Amino acid sequence: MAESLLELEDVRARYGPVQALHGVSLTVGEGEAVAVLGANGAGKTTTLRAVSGTVRRSGRIVFAGRHISRRAPEVVARTGIAHVPEGRGTLTELSVRENLRIGAYVRRDRNAVAEDERRVLGYFPQLADRGRQRAGTLSGGEQQMLALARALMLRPRLLLLDEPSLGLAPLVVAEIFRIVRELNEEEGLAVLVVEQNAALALEASSRAYVLEVGRVAVEGPSADLRRDESVRRSYLGY
Amino acid sequence: MLLAFDWTQLAQQVVIGLASGGVWATLAVALVLIYRSTGVVNFAQGEMAMFSTFIAWSLVHHGLSYWAAFFLTIAISFVGGVAVERAVIRPVERAPVLTVVIVTLGLFFLVNGAARWIWTPETRSLPNAFSTRPIDVAGVAFSIQDLGTIGVSLAAVTLLWLFFRFTKLGLASRAAAANPEASRLLGVRVSWMLALGWGLAAAMGAVSGMLTAPALASFDQNLMQPVLLYAFAGAVLGGIDSALGAVVGTLLLGVLVNLLGTYVDWVGTELRLPVALAVILGVLLVRPAGLFGRPAESRV
Repeated sequence: MAESLLELEDVRARYGPVQALHGVSLTVGEGEAVAVLGANGAGKTTTLRAVSGTVRRSGRIVFAGRHISRRAPEVVARTGIAHVPEGRGTLTELSVRENLRIGAYVRRDRNAVAEDERRVLGYFPQLADRGRQRAGTLSGGEQQMLALARALMLRPRLLLLDEPSLGLAPLVVAEIFRIVRELNEEEGLAVLVVEQNAALALEASSRAYVLEVGRVAVEGPSADLRRDESVRRSYLGY
Repeated sequence: MLLAFDWTQLAQQVVIGLASGGVWATLAVALVLIYRSTGVVNFAQGEMAMFSTFIAWSLVHHGLSYWAAFFLTIAISFVGGVAVERAVIRPVERAPVLTVVIVTLGLFFLVNGAARWIWTPETRSLPNAFSTRPIDVAGVAFSIQDLGTIGVSLAAVTLLWLFFRFTKLGLASRAAAANPEASRLLGVRVSWMLALGWGLAAAMGAVSGMLTAPALASFDQNLMQPVLLYAFAGAVLGGIDSALGAVVGTLLLGVLVNLLGTYVDWVGTELRLPVALAVILGVLLVRPAGLFGRPAESRV
């Protein structure tokens, strides 16, 4: 793993007095899709929040050669990490188009942004003709797509994706994972995805970590974990 | 009696009402701006505007023309608003709403006291921004000052709207106010957006104060207290979370108050404020979120 894009080493995080991560180490290679699995409360979401800086954390977090473990979220975003948070973070009062434009807020290359908007909307045709609609009026699936599209407007090197399937119909979930896969395979976008639905996440990733009470319990290639009967039964519950 | 109705007088009274309403609108928009980003009504907004007006008075006193002082004061007020946010509000950014409310109340007394300490109690006046001559529009005589006041108020509000609607920074401010957590993930420096909002609110307040003072024969440090009340009432009428609502609400209130005072004998000048507030109360009973406000949503 000489060229890991993201490297977490012994990362701890807490919400007030409650420690949520007890020393998590993981890596995401350049252009790699990695899944983080585990039960409720295992620390999946917190792992992502530790990377983006939306929780108090300690330990070593290196992204593209830069130490970001003490950086505020707005600074981490500028290094090229787009975090699609749990609950999607839709700016409901803004229009769809404004949501996309704010996604490119940190960029200065105006012409490329306009071009990216067309390119990104190519992935999400449902959003293309709804530019002026208030984002809050979109369906849950469309809001998840908008959250993804908005994240892409940052032109990130790494996408943090938190429970993209939450509360969505299976067909919509399949569509979203198909797009994430396409982004990963065709555009070389590195993805760190947290997912309750283990089967889905293992299929969309090449490697996976299983968390248990704030620690990495199992890690390995997704294909192996999928085949491993005992892992499936004891950690993934399917 | 109906035939003898004086339409000329009605038009004049409506314009006078719009002029007061316009002045209140600029302060009301400042209140909405803070309410949307900080989540509280800034009780010190009127006093900050008063302080700005005194700065303008000092500038005029030192030989600047009204309009030079006007624009310079707006710039100073913007910087002052940003500084107030950094110094006073930032420490309580994450505190409960009530704490922030108490801080703005403290700010009210602090700014008022500071103004009394810096500027001794004596009668002051600002020169008229516009000619006091009447102007004839379609056979009706209006005061140029009233029309000018309406024009400047609406221009200020419109400029602010253009900023929020069409600039990248304006968009980021709206995003930060709507969902600070998600905005930070997009790289928006939410904390500075708050400060920017306070700066803009202070600038709007300055406009309001500098339009209020010239219409008075003299003014003191209590200049903006009634204006704050009217602005707040108008903003609530329109919906405290809607800038458009605040403008429409204060303009309606201005006209209402003036017409009540003119046409309803028993109201006169003494009762026009309570009667106007009673009307607002009536509207809010039917539409609790105000004319343009969005009803508070609660998720179950």
